[in-house]
Amino acid sequence: MSLLADPLVQRMLVAGLVVGIAAPIVGTYLVQRRMALLGDGIGHVALAGVAAGWLAGSIAGLAQRDALALPGAIIFAVAGAAIIERMRARGTAAADVVMAILFYGGIALGVLLIGASGGTSTNLLGYLFGSISTVSWQDVWVSVILAGVIIAIGIGLRRALFAVTHDQEFASASGLPVNVLNMLVAVLAAVTITVAMRVVGVLLVSALMIVPVAIAQLLTHSFNRTMFFAMGIGAVLTVTGIAITLYVNLQPGALIVVIGVVTYAVVATAASIRRKQRARIAA
Amino acid sequence: MTDRPSSNAPRTLLAGRGVRVALGGTEILHGVDIDVHAGEAVAVMGANGSGKSTLIRALVGVLPLTGGSVTYAGEPMSAAARTTFGYVPQRISAAGGVAATATEVVIAGLLRHGRLTPPRDARRRALAALEQLGVADLASRDVGSLSGGQQQRVLIARAMVREPRLLVLDEPMTGVDLQSQVALVHTLDHLKADGAGIVVVLHEIGPLASLIDTAVVLDHGEVTFRGAPPEDLGVHALPGHVHTHAHEDPRPPASGPVLEVSS
Repeated sequence: MSLLADPLVQRMLVAGLVVGIAAPIVGTYLVQRRMALLGDGIGHVALAGVAAGWLAGSIAGLAQRDALALPGAIIFAVAGAAIIERMRARGTAAADVVMAILFYGGIALGVLLIGASGGTSTNLLGYLFGSISTVSWQDVWVSVILAGVIIAIGIGLRRALFAVTHDQEFASASGLPVNVLNMLVAVLAAVTITVAMRVVGVLLVSALMIVPVAIAQLLTHSFNRTMFFAMGIGAVLTVTGIAITLYVNLQPGALIVVIGVVTYAVVATAASIRRKQRARIAA
Repeated sequence: MTDRPSSNAPRTLLAGRGVRVALGGTEILHGVDIDVHAGEAVAVMGANGSGKSTLIRALVGVLPLTGGSVTYAGEPMSAAARTTFGYVPQRISAAGGVAATATEVVIAGLLRHGRLTPPRDARRRALAALEQLGVADLASRDVGSLSGGQQQRVLIARAMVREPRLLVLDEPMTGVDLQSQVALVHTLDHLKADGAGIVVVLHEIGPLASLIDTAVVLDHGEVTFRGAPPEDLGVHALPGHVHTHAHEDPRPPASGPVLEVSS
């Protein structure tokens, strides 16, 4: 119990918990739209935003050069998400091509900008793989507020967001503001990624959005329940991963994702065995 | 003296005038006129590529017009006007990337302009709509696990739950079993009797023959026939129908060998 009194542990657990709950909400909409890899694309753009924040901090002569990293990531991620959504909606480029351009362009721009600010690419490692142990209380509160917004919108508007991600043509004919709702999903994804970036890192942020949804889908065939189950699974995965790293020297972000993937494999196997047993009984 | 509409004249719900639509820089519809009155069922027919689906997608506001106009109840089309539309798009599957129950899909039909959250009695109304289509027992099932006909009935229930004054259906009979076709005909009959207008894209009038009042035949984006459809006949028998694709005669030439081998 003494560990829980440690402010560092408290910060890690609170940050992990809010990200674990919020990320699968957006992930549910991305999976629904069959754009599970969108998070990776936006994450790489966010990395360029981190580097741009460093460069801005360096130019401004700030003592803490990464003070503008998070605002930079949010601005770049939201702008990137908006561009992706516009291109998707207009059909000006295939989704996988847009995603590939963002992957490579984001990383390359990030490395160039971090170099221009006098840093090295190793300064980006904390953002690539997560650095939850370095979060401040200020970071935690920013995460809590942003996650609160994601949860409120993601759950409060779930019927409308379901309608538009399930069948955009019907939603449009029904008079729903499909462009606004589509853009909302993209912006929620961008904000989620920047919030989750410190916990699991840009390279693994998409996993925290998608893996809990994939596990939940094995347990239910209701959209609502998939979302709520995924939120619970996300929270358990992040807290479990962080708790283990308090005792074992492992990288928290990677451990959370590995636990998620192993859980998916176990649940998928159990579900498959159960289906076969039912089929045998029915026969 | 001014012309005034007779009080007995059917009320025009939907009116398209000189509707023009271009896709990818190519004009698909070249000035189509169409009227749908209250209590009238209009079949939009034509060969593949004639512009049937493009026309109804333009009528419901999914595609922008490049010319002409669409009015609903005498007012220019708007998101607010589409509140009383029911639309059943042409599609192969009702399933998305995440599983959803039939009830969840139908509840989406209760959303509209200015209402992004469903009403309190959404579940009850969704179940009533599924009951109307004869699929209430599938309410808790994943729509992706249902047959094509059952999925289509769920999508029609999603349109019906809106209590539409105008129902627009794009090839609703495609891949639908006989039982679902009968359920659909009954549903549309009741809706029409209640005074709603119906626009349906069809390849063949088939099971909907008793329902259709007016057939509008399109060919290369232009209306080639408008009037009461001949009974029991498909689009190929309608006056004004023109084959849009030239087909080579598959028969061998009348004279001469079919295959000749020489050394």
